[in-house]
Amino acid sequence: MKRTENIQRLRHSGAIRTYSLLILTAFFFISPDMSWAHSFPDHSDPKVGATVAGPPGHVRIWFDGALEPAFCTLAVQDSGGKKVDKGDGRVNPADATLLEASVPPLPSGTYRVIWKVVARDGHRTTGDYTFVIK
Amino acid sequence: MGDGSISSDQAGVRRGIGPVSSDDGFRRILAVWFLSAVCILLLPVVSWAHGFAGKRFFPTTFAVDDPFVSDEFSLLFNHVKSDPEVKTTSLAVELSKRITPNLGISVGEQYQHISTSGNGSENGFGNIELGIKYQFLTNEEHETIMSIGLGTELGGTGTRRVGAESFSVVSPAFFFGKGFGDLPESAKFLRPLAVTGVVGPNFPTRSRNVIFNPDTGETETERNPVSLSWGLSLQYSFIYLQSFVKDVGLGVPFNRMVLVAEFPMETCMSADCSGKTTGTINPGVVWAAKYYQLGIAAQIPVNARSGRTVGVLGLVHLFLDDLYPKGIGNPVFP
Repeated sequence: MKRTENIQRLRHSGAIRTYSLLILTAFFFISPDMSWAHSFPDHSDPKVGATVAGPPGHVRIWFDGALEPAFCTLAVQDSGGKKVDKGDGRVNPADATLLEASVPPLPSGTYRVIWKVVARDGHRTTGDYTFVIK
Repeated sequence: MGDGSISSDQAGVRRGIGPVSSDDGFRRILAVWFLSAVCILLLPVVSWAHGFAGKRFFPTTFAVDDPFVSDEFSLLFNHVKSDPEVKTTSLAVELSKRITPNLGISVGEQYQHISTSGNGSENGFGNIELGIKYQFLTNEEHETIMSIGLGTELGGTGTRRVGAESFSVVSPAFFFGKGFGDLPESAKFLRPLAVTGVVGPNFPTRSRNVIFNPDTGETETERNPVSLSWGLSLQYSFIYLQSFVKDVGLGVPFNRMVLVAEFPMETCMSADCSGKTTGTINPGVVWAAKYYQLGIAAQIPVNARSGRTVGVLGLVHLFLDDLYPKGIGNPVFP
């Protein structure tokens, strides 16, 4: 009799644990806040690591989520580490996924783009890449 | 846990009666946890977001524990034919929660289905696993993360029929992750590489079991060995390649992939199995979206003690801090 009760208790405990796991799993799959997560670059112009024929005029990076304009920066440096952009790096007012800066006519060489962005939920991501002007 | 040559004995005949009482074992676990918590709180604080070191994003891998703390929910599926007669299918669930930006806890559970040809099948839960981890170093420039942690498998909380032990296992560990983004320009296509790893001993709270064999009518003593877990994961991130090295034109879904090869190993350090190593090589791929991550890998045993056939691992992973940035995705004390 006691053995039967123990088996029933074990089955009951196993069922509770199974249902708890199912409910926990369902909870995380259903109705998230649906705000913005970490933002990653989607594509850029000039492209990452690309060689371009002439000065690009602008450096633009499109991200996979909306950015918080107040905390996003973009700078362009030459191979000596000197800042060469016009200092107007910002999130495009008409497209919150686009970070851009204009650059003056630049001579041939290797340039580094350095960016820092904060997504709408406060998550920060940073990065850099180079491109070459022939 | 432990070397398969001594722990996979006759199912259904084990009667664990150890020389150490469960109260003593529990007190020992509490003492180790308390000392670890004190050590962790005395370490310096360096803060960074989950899974990131500078521009490096370390994805969650399959069997080698991550070096970072996080707010995440994982489902890990595993199917393996451990020998020609036995198939094991398991679904492991783990919830990780940051208490502070650098201190996290976790709770894990696993449901197993073991079928033996000709002898039916067994179902049940493994022992509950608890963990605490402190990420004491995050170096952005060199894409480096280091953590220490303590895991405990709580004996007697699982189903004996599927191999859950009646004793606990305490496992302190050191975790690290290193991205190679600081390699020179001449090796730029190696910059997407990263390595993560873990090393730490596993201490059973009971040194041996006395088991009764109903077939022979005799009692036998089985020693529960101390073992060393160690593992590495090698990663090549197409995300990193596309975003920071060279846009080679990879489109969806390849631009979000990370190739992963894991080497989770365990070396027995005492008892009859001393010096013997078991483990697998898990080549696979992880695909990281904004809110979740999916992965699949093969599981290849490194020697006969580790198994004879190739298994499969599947991972579904939710980034809770991205899904719920204003709620449970935040550290308790931000």
